[in-house]
Amino acid sequence: MSSDTATITKAAPAAGTTTAPRTGTTRRRRRPFGPRAGLVALAVVLSAVSIFPVLWMITSSFKTRTTVTDGKLIPTDLTWSNFAYVFTEVPFVRWLFNSFITAAVVTAVALLFHSMAAYALARLKFPGRDGIFVVIFSTLLITAPVILIPLFVVVRTLGMLDSYAALIIPPLFNAFGIFLLRQFYLGIPKELEEAAIVDGCGYWRVYWNIILPLSRPILSALSVFFFLANWNAFAWPLVATNGADLTVIQVGIASFSTQYGANWNYVLAAAVVAVIPMLALFLVFQRQMVESIKTSGLK
Amino acid sequence: MTSIVPHTAHQPQAPAADAAPSAGGRRLSRTHREWLAAALFLLPDGIGLGVFVVLPMFLSIALSFFQVSGFGSYEWIGLGNYQRMLNDPYFWSSIWVTAKYVVVMVPTLFCVSLALGVLMKQKLPGMAAYRTAFFLPHMLSLVVVGLLWKFMLDEQTGVVNKAASALGMNPLSWLGDPDLALYAVIAVTVWYMMGYYMIIFLAGLNEIPQELYEAAKLDGAGTWTAFRRITWPLLRPTSFFVLIMTTVAAITGTFDLVFVLTSGGPANGTAVAMFYIYQQAFVFGEYGYAAALGSFLVLIMVALSGLIFKVTKGGRFDDEQ
Repeated sequence: MSSDTATITKAAPAAGTTTAPRTGTTRRRRRPFGPRAGLVALAVVLSAVSIFPVLWMITSSFKTRTTVTDGKLIPTDLTWSNFAYVFTEVPFVRWLFNSFITAAVVTAVALLFHSMAAYALARLKFPGRDGIFVVIFSTLLITAPVILIPLFVVVRTLGMLDSYAALIIPPLFNAFGIFLLRQFYLGIPKELEEAAIVDGCGYWRVYWNIILPLSRPILSALSVFFFLANWNAFAWPLVATNGADLTVIQVGIASFSTQYGANWNYVLAAAVVAVIPMLALFLVFQRQMVESIKTSGLK
Repeated sequence: MTSIVPHTAHQPQAPAADAAPSAGGRRLSRTHREWLAAALFLLPDGIGLGVFVVLPMFLSIALSFFQVSGFGSYEWIGLGNYQRMLNDPYFWSSIWVTAKYVVVMVPTLFCVSLALGVLMKQKLPGMAAYRTAFFLPHMLSLVVVGLLWKFMLDEQTGVVNKAASALGMNPLSWLGDPDLALYAVIAVTVWYMMGYYMIIFLAGLNEIPQELYEAAKLDGAGTWTAFRRITWPLLRPTSFFVLIMTTVAAITGTFDLVFVLTSGGPANGTAVAMFYIYQQAFVFGEYGYAAALGSFLVLIMVALSGLIFKVTKGGRFDDEQ
């Protein structure tokens, strides 16, 4: 567990790590291939194992019908035809569009609603506040699959089945976002708002002009999460929509794979197209995402 | 006027004593204005959570006393669904599969994520790259994960068996043998989840003051002792959080993966409870019976969460003082 800073062979510090001040108490010489080298080797091997399936999927999607199962990582004959086939054979663009609209609208509206609720729970005093927070928090245990059936009945009763409303409205509401935002707001110093309140600002203006701008970092991280979660959603869209026009990308891929199951080159090409936007998002927003996950690990 | 907050029993309280003392007559109206503002701020999410989370939860229990045939004719049958559940071998088999899945998957995921967290704490060169590599699988959807591993675990053509053969091992029928298939699902889940919980553990590890380790070192404690005496006890809140989250996810969240990777097979070897409940509802149209099974599952989940809470003496979720 030692993060011994007094090593003689000083490795280049990785991005984002700060070296602790030298204590100067224990100075031991280390051979260049000591336990550290072993740990680096371990990290490299584990990383390779972790990332291999993703690389395998991407390279396999460029192979042909016959070479897709040849067991080689680098395709011998690169082809783009799988992607062309996927886009022409099934309404793939429509699926992508449905998923994009759903994920974008859910993200925007959910962030607004959750930040409003979180502001009230973190900053306003009213009777029963803690009780309400406990109730909201306890809904975290009610995961989406558990209420799949009664939710289906509720949505059917409201006459929303087979519509964008069915895809968008139920996923808006989860306590996770409220919880994270509230944690964040509790950490914002109160002075700013108090000054504004004394100056006669209404609560809405305080929320809109002070709180929201301050919560930009957490909002951007959460928006990536919400977008990702809704882009990747499968079970709810599967039961809530039937029409071909409302098929979202994950349901589309699943049905596509049952139809073209043996043609792995097509199936993997479809999967890669669905995955690429999320990988791009991840590489751009990685830092914010990691930070926000860290705040959810509770203190 | 009482505050209008949806879906919670409102308990009148004495006005908070710490309310800012201001001019006597203004104070009440200001307090009330704050209550009203709070109610309005909570309204959208309050209604939404009420209609689409809390109501379905209660509806699930209510539905479980009815026999629902096809679309919309309800017949009260009391505890009939629960009686049927007790005598349904397929359901108990799915509970058994779920239990095996939870018992193997949760500890494995816990240890792997913790080990990765500790590894990432070591400030090795190239940290950012490893972190990305471990977290990347979590960006995929479970549908894609299911398809990808179906491709890789294929008995004849999959890369896993090809690699095994190249190393002189016997190729295995990963998705064709009921026991193996469940372990395959578990392995895939761990691969998918480990990066996420690694970061949670890393955050917990970073909370532990570095001085403690330095002091332990001066006292001549080895790495293992330092881990057992410092890291492990101080990580308790994080461990509790991870245990609860992974247990809940293991009981209910495997549906997508099982649906795509194995469809519950072979021989129902991977038909977890959630998959069976889905089939009852949306394949056979037995909404009432499915609701009863779902309610039972929630009961198990609440009991398990309570048990974890007791055993770990409860990680504190919220210390807002």
